[in-house]
Amino acid sequence: MTTMTAQATQVYQVFIKATPEQIWDAITKPEFTQKYFFGSHVTVTRDAYRGLNADGGDLVTGSVIEYEPPHRLVHGWRALYDPETAVEDDSRVTWEIEAQDGGYSKLTVVHDQLEGAPKTAASVAGGWSFVLSGLKTLLETGKPLAG
Amino acid sequence: MDDDRVFKALADATRRHLLDRLFERDGRTLTELESELEMTRFGVMKHLRVLEDAELVVTRRQGREKLHYLNPVPIRLIHDRWIDKYTEHRVAALADLKNELEETA
Repeated sequence: MTTMTAQATQVYQVFIKATPEQIWDAITKPEFTQKYFFGSHVTVTRDAYRGLNADGGDLVTGSVIEYEPPHRLVHGWRALYDPETAVEDDSRVTWEIEAQDGGYSKLTVVHDQLEGAPKTAASVAGGWSFVLSGLKTLLETGKPLAG
Repeated sequence: MDDDRVFKALADATRRHLLDRLFERDGRTLTELESELEMTRFGVMKHLRVLEDAELVVTRRQGREKLHYLNPVPIRLIHDRWIDKYTEHRVAALADLKNELEETA
């Protein structure tokens, strides 16, 4: 087993057969996010990004830096689900959604400014692939990933 | 988008080596990657192009530099499509057995 090196800038990309509007809704509305984002209920306003657990406890919070539906969302990221990541510096998440040919959209997630948050970097390094795979499955099949 | 491209891209030792280099440290330029391989710049570019077509490598511009990042999502998609569904328990058991045997060997 190779040790996962947590990078300070992480880039993830996936093509999804969906419109930018559908993807935007799926990343900003709790009824969607709870089906693929480790069960978290995400709400996004012009000012704040918030992920809550089923009991209403904060999992992730951050201020919204850029809000341009349905193409671009940039927000801070503080992981409160673990006491060790909660005390680290805020990092930054950028979502870019671009329409492609054939009814596809390209979704790029850049999680950066993780220099002051090494534990967060390690924690999200495995998580984003899982989240984006689940998001793709949900939008293309209407069902969450099995298991 | 296309599993065939991912499997083809992974079916080459040099390209897997490039992914391993990016796994160790992400966001590298062509020049940095080239310096670690016994290969011409053109050869490295060709391999990176195949990896980009398979979406295993994503490039971002930073000023005048083009940085290459490992994108693990296609591998995750294959995992979810081909491994998770049918064989995860068996594969995990075999992987554990392999690790155990190789450690004690």
